[in-house]
Amino acid sequence: MQITSPTFKANSVKALSDAQLQKALGNVRAGFIDKRKKAVDALPEFEALRENGKAIKDHALAHLDLYLENYEAQVKAAGGHVHWAQTAEDARNIILDLCASRGVKTVTKGKSMISEEIALNDALEAAGVRPVETDLGEYIIQLRGEHPSHIIAPAVHLNKEQIEADFRRVHTHLPADRELVEHEKLLTEARAVLRAEYFKADLGITGANFLVAETGSSIIVTNEGNGDLTQILPRVHVVIASIEKIVPTLEDAAQILRLLARSATGQDMSVYTTVSTGGRREGDPDGPDEYHVVLLDNGRSSMLGTEFQEMLRCIRCGACMNHCPVYHAVGGHAYGWVYPGPMGAVLTPSLIGVDKGGHLPNASTFCGRCENVCPMKIPLPKMMRHWREREFERGLNPAAARYGLKTWAFFAKRPSLYRFFASLGIPALSAFGGAKHRFSWLPFAGGWTKHRELPAPEGRTFLQQWAQREAKKQEPVR
Amino acid sequence: MSGRDAILNKVRASLGAGNANRADAVRDRLSGAPRGLIPVRGQLPDAARIDLFAYQAEKVHATTERLASYADLPAAIAAYLRSKNLPASIRMGDDPRLNGADWSTQPALEILRGPSDGNDETGLSHAFGAVAETGTLVLHSGGDNPTTVNFLPEHHLVVVDARDVAGDLETVLARIRDKFGKGQMPRTLNMITGPSRSGDIEQKMLLGAHGPRALHIMVVGG
Repeated sequence: MQITSPTFKANSVKALSDAQLQKALGNVRAGFIDKRKKAVDALPEFEALRENGKAIKDHALAHLDLYLENYEAQVKAAGGHVHWAQTAEDARNIILDLCASRGVKTVTKGKSMISEEIALNDALEAAGVRPVETDLGEYIIQLRGEHPSHIIAPAVHLNKEQIEADFRRVHTHLPADRELVEHEKLLTEARAVLRAEYFKADLGITGANFLVAETGSSIIVTNEGNGDLTQILPRVHVVIASIEKIVPTLEDAAQILRLLARSATGQDMSVYTTVSTGGRREGDPDGPDEYHVVLLDNGRSSMLGTEFQEMLRCIRCGACMNHCPVYHAVGGHAYGWVYPGPMGAVLTPSLIGVDKGGHLPNASTFCGRCENVCPMKIPLPKMMRHWREREFERGLNPAAARYGLKTWAFFAKRPSLYRFFASLGIPALSAFGGAKHRFSWLPFAGGWTKHRELPAPEGRTFLQQWAQREAKKQEPVR
Repeated sequence: MSGRDAILNKVRASLGAGNANRADAVRDRLSGAPRGLIPVRGQLPDAARIDLFAYQAEKVHATTERLASYADLPAAIAAYLRSKNLPASIRMGDDPRLNGADWSTQPALEILRGPSDGNDETGLSHAFGAVAETGTLVLHSGGDNPTTVNFLPEHHLVVVDARDVAGDLETVLARIRDKFGKGQMPRTLNMITGPSRSGDIEQKMLLGAHGPRALHIMVVGG
């Protein structure tokens, strides 16, 4: 997919004036926050489980090489195959080879953000293989030639009228005068269309929420059941997963499962949690003949041992974006690549470079809600600050911002000079504020005053006011 | 260098790996598989635990029913099908517990054996176990209970023995380990919590996305 993260500012302006999008984004605020809170409040052990989840992932990451080796051995022991992909291109080639060698024409796909990260659908189509997204949201955006705007609710940016129009445009085999206004009608139509595709597919691709080193299993979590039909009906099941999805044991997965669904959708448990280990066994009447796992690195191994290692604890629940005022305002597409919201603001510069993704960690008010709701306690604001530092060190932010920051830093390091100039500047600004005591225009502050007025200072600096109050306290009471 | 070695080398270099204690820590964790924190919610005496299981399952829009014994199963299934205006036909595998019921008491009920091809209205499975904490059924693949029966029919009827309703998922996982062996797993382990659903259209939750629209659970005994 085309990366538009470098034009985040322009993307945001466009998003803010998109009435359809703004209406749809209301569903994020209304749909996720209360449900999560209710589910979390109903489990007294939730906070303690967060600590456990964090500890499990920290342990798994600190021993990642060893767990990966054990995982691989167990997959092989269960008759499966492991393919290692250093880059997105490696991963695409592995899957294209599997398709070519097995004469695959149609691929059904469960929801996978890794598939988006490696731009798999474009590669499949170019190779003459037809990819069919089966998650309802993914299916809808595939019809529109779009990408997910949310990691667990890919079509959250759309309203049902838009979806109806897409179904009418694409499902031309159905009567044109059919009733399609209700949500239920749209769902039923998609169910019927996709049901046929599951049976046509030669190969099914799913992601993984966890890879279990103990057993060589992959685990997916869905509500629709599409991930299951995708893996049990075709001859070949291919799992694509990044290396940090490893957990040591089934018990460890069970701990984190208690965090995942509650944080994502406010469910105690998603409808379908499926543990897959190898292909069809002797005596199995159904299931795929072949089971393959494509393990993707794509820059993650370079995050280990750095200040961004903790980001690899992420379980992709989406709670950070569901609670983010910036995401609420601009939606996911403005972020310009695969991962939006606070987790995307940290992960995107790691994976595509701070030169391209540098705007994203700047698009934060640092309100801290993302860190508060993150089930894995990832310090997202701190990591966004790390990216801002790196951006500054590499001279990537605009000259005016760099010059302004340097000037400010010069004075901030010299408090007496700072106070002297502030004591001159503040009364002057106060006087210039006029009768309204507000500015509708100020040099260097156009970004603010273009949209709203800036209140003028009250006339004295904070330190001056502080000194005055302290002096008053000292006065004897008469 | 292969992709495998390149990735593992990079991971090791980034972690500064190299001491033997790491291998010990990994071996201990894998062999011990320590249980983490088990919420108190499901830790109840038998009767209360089964009640909690039914309560949690109904909260996520499954329906539940209690049966005194497997002998009651054929009549209960026939009654369910009638109440939903469904054809008197069920798809099922070869589970001995289900086979043990006397199906001749329901001569009108057609029994189709083997995996589903997508043309069945109703499927019948026997669960390996269940989790009271979340109202979850646990089923595994194999000839007794084909995985396609869990997903393709519109209505999924699942029988679970009351003795197999555990308080927490960890207990069921330990029983899976006992049955299949340490580090071994059936091809597929399905944990099912309510009927299929999707909220992908305007975040409005609707039942019956790709899997069954209805999940009916029959707890036998207890």
